[in-house]
Amino acid sequence: MKSVVFGQYYPADSFIHRMDPRAKVILSVLFIVCTFLCRNAVSFFLMTAAALCLVLLSRIPVHLVLRSIRPLILILIFTSLINVFMTKGEMLLTPSWNIPLPWGKTWSIRIYAEGLWNAAFMILRIFILLIGTSIFLSFTTTPIAMTDALEQLFSPLKKIKIPVHDIAMMTTIALRFIPTLLEETEKIMNAQKARGADFISGGLIKRAKALLPVLIPLLISAFNRAYELATAMECRCYNGGEGRTRLKVLQLRFSDVLAILFLIAFVVGIFFLNRLGLIYTMK
Amino acid sequence: MSEHFIESENLCYSYRVGNGKEDVPALKGITLTVEKGEYVAILGHNGSGKSTFAKLLNQILEPTSGKLIVGGTDLSGGELSDEEILSLRRRVGMVFQNPDNQLVATIVEDDVAFGPENLGVPQPELRKRVDDALLTVGMQDYAAQEPHRLSGGQKQRVAIAGILAMRPECIVLDEATAMLDPAGRREVLDTVRMLNRQDGITVLNITHYMNEAALADRVIVIHDGKLLLQGTPDEVFARRDLLRQVGLEVPQCSELIHRLRAERIPLEGDRISDPDGCADMICRAFGMKDREEKSHG
Repeated sequence: MKSVVFGQYYPADSFIHRMDPRAKVILSVLFIVCTFLCRNAVSFFLMTAAALCLVLLSRIPVHLVLRSIRPLILILIFTSLINVFMTKGEMLLTPSWNIPLPWGKTWSIRIYAEGLWNAAFMILRIFILLIGTSIFLSFTTTPIAMTDALEQLFSPLKKIKIPVHDIAMMTTIALRFIPTLLEETEKIMNAQKARGADFISGGLIKRAKALLPVLIPLLISAFNRAYELATAMECRCYNGGEGRTRLKVLQLRFSDVLAILFLIAFVVGIFFLNRLGLIYTMK
Repeated sequence: MSEHFIESENLCYSYRVGNGKEDVPALKGITLTVEKGEYVAILGHNGSGKSTFAKLLNQILEPTSGKLIVGGTDLSGGELSDEEILSLRRRVGMVFQNPDNQLVATIVEDDVAFGPENLGVPQPELRKRVDDALLTVGMQDYAAQEPHRLSGGQKQRVAIAGILAMRPECIVLDEATAMLDPAGRREVLDTVRMLNRQDGITVLNITHYMNEAALADRVIVIHDGKLLLQGTPDEVFARRDLLRQVGLEVPQCSELIHRLRAERIPLEGDRISDPDGCADMICRAFGMKDREEKSHG
């Protein structure tokens, strides 16, 4: 049977894989705070080092991590160009080139040292952000563990009538049915192909139209499945989240707490480093 | 208290169609009893009302009229409390036709735990129940698997384990083998038979496969919302012509006996639901006495 990989989860046995998913959610939030606090070269250097340590700790092949960044290259180039050309500072690096524009105005290009620094920092920031969060969340945590973690972290929201359990249950079921529905799509497509349907030739609109006879049976069957599943769940005494126990209880271990404390210390450290104004500080 | 697990008297159910304007009767007065620990097959064609009967048993549907008592709980009066409904559903477990549409979790053991989790079974009892249930159906090696990687028969066994973990008194199979291949069907039926024999769990197998009905202690034939016939498989399959009138075929071995008898070959005995029984009858009729020894030798 076709193996379906959800997201980017990479199965391995590492310290980060074994962490409590709730701890990982908290850690990635702290990590994000950290990257946004960074303002000078030393703190960025430290953050980069931290991100690299995470990659090594998680035992995820480096090329996989880099591949996950690839779709963002355009954004990276774009933001860095904007930073290079639009930042105004005090250290002018180039003579001011004036380029006449066709509609009569002139555009003067001035590149400042601050612009280059800012561009470099922005690139690093996006890089670190992405590596940090994907190591903590998508690479080392299965979607289902993630759902459990979020359900428990957000359970205080039940007090203000947010149906946390129901949302988590729906997510679990959605995840459970992804492979089933994929398989079904394939079956329907094969059935249509056998009757002469053509899904590959023609332009975008023609191909989209050709998918309609696949989508409609799929939708109908999904509704039937939903109805049957609801009956089956009722038969198994499902009665909402009230009074449920759990087979697998998440346990926050000492090492998880330690990791969180360590990262909090890191956040504080970065905060003070910024005040020292070493080399260059971003505004 | 009586030993009846299910007791129905003149049980009726009608589906409401067209915004409640029209009633389509599915059950038109069913009177039957099922004893504790019995293995009963309910036979019937599509649309005979047999699945509707199943859904009445654990209050997924409520009877329109008539009497229905399941495990000492009267379901015909309506207005059961939530606790009563939960307790009923715990005791009467259901396995449905499509194995994919009854597994909730992404991992086998989590799915088995779903029922007891809903009942609020605490740890470590919960863990024990899950492990026991998986062991009983022989799926202990697949505890950490994803359900979509299992075969149809394995999925149905996981579904049965999910019900066993609730410690039921009765298991209702609602065409649970209809979508399985012969090997998968065998797996499921063997499991159910063992549960019936060893743990005394009442089994109701709702099916349209004659060979499956032949395995039961008693067969109940439902046609057009009414009870047509009931008795041991031998008794029921002896009524070939009546079954044929309602579009049901007897198993091949019973059919053979019927045809041989039509040719005036004198076959004595009545074990016509069982291929071995039929073979013995034929051997005896043709004067061969050593079939037993041959087949065992």
